[in-house]
Amino acid sequence: MEVFDIFLLEAILNGLLLGGLLALLSLGLNLVFGVIDVVWICYAELIMCGMYAVYYLHVQYHWPLIAAMVAAIVVVAVLGVILHQCVIRPVLSAEPINQLLVTGGVLFFLQAAATLVFGIEFRNLGVTLPSIRLGEMSFSAARLVAFCVALAGMLGMYLFLTRTYLGTAIRAISQDRAIMPLMGVSPARIFVVASALGGALAGLGACVLVLQYDVHPAIGLSFGPITFLICVMGGLGSMAGGFIAAFVFAQFISVGGFLFQLEWGYVFAFAFFIAVMFWRPQGILGRR
Amino acid sequence: MIGNYPLHLMILVLLWGYIYTSWALMGRLGLVSFGHGAFMGIGAYTVVMLWNHFGWSPWAGALAALAFAAAVAVVIGYPCFRLKIVGHYFALVTLALSEVARLVIVALRDQTGGSLGATPNSALHGGATAAPGALQFSDKRVWFWIVLAFWLAGLCVWRAVDRSMARLALQAISEEEEAAASIGIPVTRAKLRITLISALMTCAGGVLYAQYQLYVNPDTVSGIGISLQMVFGAIAGGMFVMLGPTVGAAFTLLLAEGLRLAFGNRYPALDSTLYGAMLVLFIIYMPKGILGAALDALRARTAKPAAPRSGNGMPSA
Amino acid sequence: MLSLTRVCASYSGFQALFDVSVEVEAGEAVAVIGPNGAGKTTLLRVISKLIEATSGEIRLEGASLARVPAHQVVSRGIAHVPENRRLFPRLTLEENLRMGAFPREARKRYAERLKFVYSLFPRLEERRAQPAGTLSGGEQQMCAIGRALMSGPKLLLLDEPSAGLAPVVVQAIFDLVRRICAQGYTVLIVEQNIRQVLKVVSRAYLLEAGRIKLSGNSREFLDSQEIRKTYLGL
Repeated sequence: MEVFDIFLLEAILNGLLLGGLLALLSLGLNLVFGVIDVVWICYAELIMCGMYAVYYLHVQYHWPLIAAMVAAIVVVAVLGVILHQCVIRPVLSAEPINQLLVTGGVLFFLQAAATLVFGIEFRNLGVTLPSIRLGEMSFSAARLVAFCVALAGMLGMYLFLTRTYLGTAIRAISQDRAIMPLMGVSPARIFVVASALGGALAGLGACVLVLQYDVHPAIGLSFGPITFLICVMGGLGSMAGGFIAAFVFAQFISVGGFLFQLEWGYVFAFAFFIAVMFWRPQGILGRR
Repeated sequence: MIGNYPLHLMILVLLWGYIYTSWALMGRLGLVSFGHGAFMGIGAYTVVMLWNHFGWSPWAGALAALAFAAAVAVVIGYPCFRLKIVGHYFALVTLALSEVARLVIVALRDQTGGSLGATPNSALHGGATAAPGALQFSDKRVWFWIVLAFWLAGLCVWRAVDRSMARLALQAISEEEEAAASIGIPVTRAKLRITLISALMTCAGGVLYAQYQLYVNPDTVSGIGISLQMVFGAIAGGMFVMLGPTVGAAFTLLLAEGLRLAFGNRYPALDSTLYGAMLVLFIIYMPKGILGAALDALRARTAKPAAPRSGNGMPSA
Repeated sequence: MLSLTRVCASYSGFQALFDVSVEVEAGEAVAVIGPNGAGKTTLLRVISKLIEATSGEIRLEGASLARVPAHQVVSRGIAHVPENRRLFPRLTLEENLRMGAFPREARKRYAERLKFVYSLFPRLEERRAQPAGTLSGGEQQMCAIGRALMSGPKLLLLDEPSAGLAPVVVQAIFDLVRRICAQGYTVLIVEQNIRQVLKVVSRAYLLEAGRIKLSGNSREFLDSQEIRKTYLGL
């Protein structure tokens, strides 16, 4: 029984680490939705682009890892702005479902383009981090690093959103967009800032993911749906809600996967999502 | 006589055209589902599993699949419609559904073969080319007629829905749900009915697909990938027009084939890349899809009074 | 300071203003009164460029506002307190005030202006960390006015500051407006509460169905038989 407990504890702790990572991933999506009112269905594919950027800069061009990661964050931030200006802006005045669909089209496009350009092989960064043992439990250092980076990222976002004028404006615009010009804020400009930030957060997520997982064109399908569901479950647009939902979701995946098989953890998590939706359709901290 | 390969293409066009049409039955009325992969997966895997493990004839298996799909549609649909889950939220709940289906299939890997897929056991022993009881035919011509029949049936259903009061009701709902409810339209029941029809038709499409290809795989028949493919196929062709989804299916397949002929297999994902780029452009500039836009252009040129349309693009969900 | 010359504007497809001409001198307090739907709110939105005038001229200190986009109007010196306050409900009171100081020039003077606003509205300082959505109606109105003052405007536009407030609170709000005018701010108030607003301003315009029907100083208005009968029920 004692052995069972320790591995359950390990699963719970791993769930916490995973939760931190998922919370980071959901942050960018929630930010963009909260400000612009558009769900970037292709968000995971942006992360994939970031992962490829880190891979190529570090492995092919031998950039130091940190430099590659910083560059990747910038690259994805730029992609975010391009996505907004070229794809989303034209449909901002159309039906909301068009916005959902157009980013879905970009999902298709990015996946296919990645296959075309990079090939379908799984690519590994070649960076192996040790396992850290804590008694009978072992944790991957990559996961711990990911968790710490995620926390730092979230803290950074929190400080930005609460302590700076721009950050306050970003919070304000999701509460009342129409009067923003009266404050001297151009909504179009805030959208660009939010897109860049959303992209940067995706890039940060990419840096963290590439330490643990091989990159390939379809990798977006592994964590894309989960990220959306976490955001919706927490209440689309609510960063605090996404935070909570991420940790809860991660526990389902981790403990469920530990008690049964890996996939069942996900099945339970998804089923839990559907259940939450029926209990509170607007999400845990969402507003109707 | 038409060769095997062109026949194969035509069968695929009709089959996917049928499946996209089933999706568009709901989609055109504002119920944009990202989860129809679940219904197709249910259709495909139920028949194969019941045949391989229990010897159930695919005819019986299909009935079981349809019942299963109906149950899922109701269990998910009813709360969604009751709680007025629409738009983004509806799309994402249905997305979760298709992913649950895919993951369950993978999780039951001992029975389903997991990510490697499964093949229905062959009933064509000793050179036989047809086993109707097992719904297996090696002669593509037979499949052509079967799929053609389903495709036509799908169009008949479309027309029947179009002509019914239900369609007007659903259009009203998609434009102004509160107002529709206030004049006595039973919103939940209407939505549930169209969802059921769409789900059952898609499920049947899954059955046909499994029996024709004789191979199923969780990623090709369920999950977000195939769900999005259905959505985009219907939209590319034009989901407000009866033949739109079929045009979308033809377009997708012919694009893939054309590029394959032009570039060989050197650039494997070129067709999807172009397809994806075109989709984005379509949604921005031609939300009514190829056929929809073409019909509009035709109408404008002949200056006939246009038939009443449901809005200027996608209906509000 | 502000002059509108034969301004026409449309709202939601309907023409709301017909050849409206209004003048406000520096340091003045002027009211635009009129019944519901007269176009008073549209008038203020045209000045702050939330809506584009379809014809006519709008000048601030002689310079035309024609090509100025809405988000630059604040930097030009016009602060608009919109109808229904429109605070950011989940931002705190102080964060709302901070939003008022968003323009670059205003940020530099944030601390001193914050102090000024709190001195004008002491009650607000007590509630500075409260989410604005939880404030009472009167406090919200004070906060909204304070938010506008944070940008150090030359011209203050007030859209129905008394709307939806209890009579006692309305009194307090108008007292505050009077104090603001006494500080030397140029103020253009749009109001339905005619009796109260005429006690605070020196001049007024009557807007009916998008047209200026009357203009004059407050005394003239209060004495006018037409006004007394139609609007004051006397």
